[in-house]
Amino acid sequence: MSEAEIVAAILWLALTAYAVLAGADFGGGVWDLLASGPHEAEQRRAVAEAMGPVWEANHVWLIFMIVGLFTGFPAAFGILSMALYLPFTIALVGIVFRGAAFAFRAHGREEVGAASAWGVAFGGASVIAPFFMATGAAAVASGSIRVSGGHLVSGFEAGWATPYGLLVGLFAVAMCAYIAATYLTVETEGTPLEGDFRRRAAVAGLVAGAAAITSLVLAPFAAPSLAHALFGRGLPLLVIALINGPIALVAVWRSRPRVARIAVAAQVIFVLWAGAVGQWPYLVPPDLTIADAAAPNATLTALLVVTGIGSLLLLPSLWFLFRVFKSRNPAAIY
Amino acid sequence: MDNVTLARATMGTSLAFHIVFAVLGVGLPLLMLVAEGLWLRTQDEVWLNLARRWSKAFGILFAVGAVSGTSLSFELGLLWPRFMAFSGAIFGLPFSAEGFAFFIEAIFLGLYLYGWDRLTPVVHWLTSIPIAVSGALSAVFVVMANAWMNSPSGFRLGSDGGLLDVDPLAAALNPSTPTEDPHMLVSAYVVTGSLVASVYAIGLLRRRDDPLHRRGLVLGMSMAAVAIVLAGITGDTSARFIYQAQPAKFASMEGIYHTVRGAPVHLGGIPVDSEQRVVGAIEIPNLLSLLAAFDPNAVVRGLDTFPPNDRPNTVLVHLSFDTMVGFGTLIGLTAALFWLLVIFRRRLPMWRPLLFLIVVTGPASVMAMEAGWFVTEFGRQPWIVYEVLRTSEAATNAPALGPTFLIFFAIYIGLAVTTARLLLLQAKRNRAAA
Repeated sequence: MSEAEIVAAILWLALTAYAVLAGADFGGGVWDLLASGPHEAEQRRAVAEAMGPVWEANHVWLIFMIVGLFTGFPAAFGILSMALYLPFTIALVGIVFRGAAFAFRAHGREEVGAASAWGVAFGGASVIAPFFMATGAAAVASGSIRVSGGHLVSGFEAGWATPYGLLVGLFAVAMCAYIAATYLTVETEGTPLEGDFRRRAAVAGLVAGAAAITSLVLAPFAAPSLAHALFGRGLPLLVIALINGPIALVAVWRSRPRVARIAVAAQVIFVLWAGAVGQWPYLVPPDLTIADAAAPNATLTALLVVTGIGSLLLLPSLWFLFRVFKSRNPAAIY
Repeated sequence: MDNVTLARATMGTSLAFHIVFAVLGVGLPLLMLVAEGLWLRTQDEVWLNLARRWSKAFGILFAVGAVSGTSLSFELGLLWPRFMAFSGAIFGLPFSAEGFAFFIEAIFLGLYLYGWDRLTPVVHWLTSIPIAVSGALSAVFVVMANAWMNSPSGFRLGSDGGLLDVDPLAAALNPSTPTEDPHMLVSAYVVTGSLVASVYAIGLLRRRDDPLHRRGLVLGMSMAAVAIVLAGITGDTSARFIYQAQPAKFASMEGIYHTVRGAPVHLGGIPVDSEQRVVGAIEIPNLLSLLAAFDPNAVVRGLDTFPPNDRPNTVLVHLSFDTMVGFGTLIGLTAALFWLLVIFRRRLPMWRPLLFLIVVTGPASVMAMEAGWFVTEFGRQPWIVYEVLRTSEAATNAPALGPTFLIFFAIYIGLAVTTARLLLLQAKRNRAAA
């Protein structure tokens, strides 16, 4: 593997981490918005408690990807920033509102639980952000962003403002909700909330599954380069993702939250890597390869060194954070 | 309005908003670390109370800083795609390092904010150390990237305009870094210290004279006093560097229209481009040459030696520079008076005019910092990368930049108002609990 390919793989790992960790935080917003029934307030509090200590760290994976992309692949960053100006700007508004609203509500006038204006802002923004980021991903994966002589030639609407782009957006939001609900069944294991989140996980899982299958069936017509990637070299990984679908649903239904959590995360991870392996060596198919868009070798080497040193500090810190807040033993005190 | 103006307006608004939260992200963790450390050492609950109050406020401030910082990382590309496509490979490295520093800060902040009951006191205190260190490192790394825009180095341009011999380490350690970085870092502590002192001075003016307010004031004034001295020293070296490296910026800062031997300092006044002079300024002969080159008769290059389209906006840069220096001086004098009274009277001065002056230094420190960034950024114009890439050539040609600007402007106003209201609410609750 070339240095550029290693950097691309690292960025894809960051995207994967963002999807399975921050995706759950966005999904938490969905369940805050849709909180209902006798435990409505408790549902919101469970979401807030699960997200509170970790959402900011989960969010940094996005920053890491952005700076890694403009350092390692400045040409691709320039093109994507133009081609996806509109969906990314809308997603950004969502990201800003989501984070600010969550913090404002946590420190606000009322207790977290009852419906509130900041709560609605938090929930609404949690839908907008992943939806529009996913439409952007659809534009890239479908090969709609065209580059000629280093210039963007496909305009500002290509690939995302399409029915297929919107379908992928819907899939992403449903998937976030699905991940969040399965994680929350683990967090609320043994309390009356577990049943609430189990039912929500099942519904979200069915919606996400339907959206996924529709996207796959339509891909050869609406997004040929995505179909080429997923049904070509990415197929073995796609199959693993698809096998995890029913496993996850059955585990949710039969109250095996820990199995469900792993199986749902596995679906996200394997779909993302099926796409990556499938479109290799393209970064923005069909015109920009990883090598085309890469920074000079001196930059890539320096970036790998910084990433290596940074990871030595980052990974143990992350482990400690999740150990303190996500281990099920409430007596765990350091 | 054209895209370049709209992109500059959006970027400028985002930066001016974010920087206030960013500097508090550098300074407040250090104050929390000190206060909690003093509690561990003395077991005096007042220190713990201070640390806990700051930690609550920081929960909001850090979140708003994080999301507005995210805006900026996106906007670099969304508004300036050509700039980023050109520069990313050269100056992206410090941003990547900053990404890790920010990561560490966010992780340990989660532990700190939510770990009061989950961690033992000593471990909890230890988590504040990486927050304070990585907060400072974040600022250092980001300003390295800005310094590179002032002193682009670590690459060569090929005959076809392509990049040759890219050296990201040399770019990060460009000639502006040693002066710009320390100045910004200490300014972050000036602003934090001044704002904290200001808050407790308000309480003392309202006759809430208790150990908590006194200690809050002392910690804030300690940080502000040490940092303002360092800000003066680093500001002085920065100005002398700019005299050498960016003569157009320097001439604009001082309102020097014509090249002159033995240049004067213009205190205040308004530069008038049509008359090629500064109107209404107090002129101190030869002082500028003396400060810039340690020689009262040194030559200072005037704006007339630059083509008109290579000159910064002199009115804006000169007024911003004087605002920064003026408020900086006010902060320095206030801190000096405060500490002289403490040392000679051996107790805290409760003299109301002085407390009122301390209240004023809070907002004054923010304005000084914003004005300082105005000098750096407007003084570099018309270049986005000094003498390499013009700002006018770097903006996006995307549609709908006008609505983008209006939306983000409205969002920042809303966030600022809400943050202020919630901090006031916290203060009220703190008083009710006390």
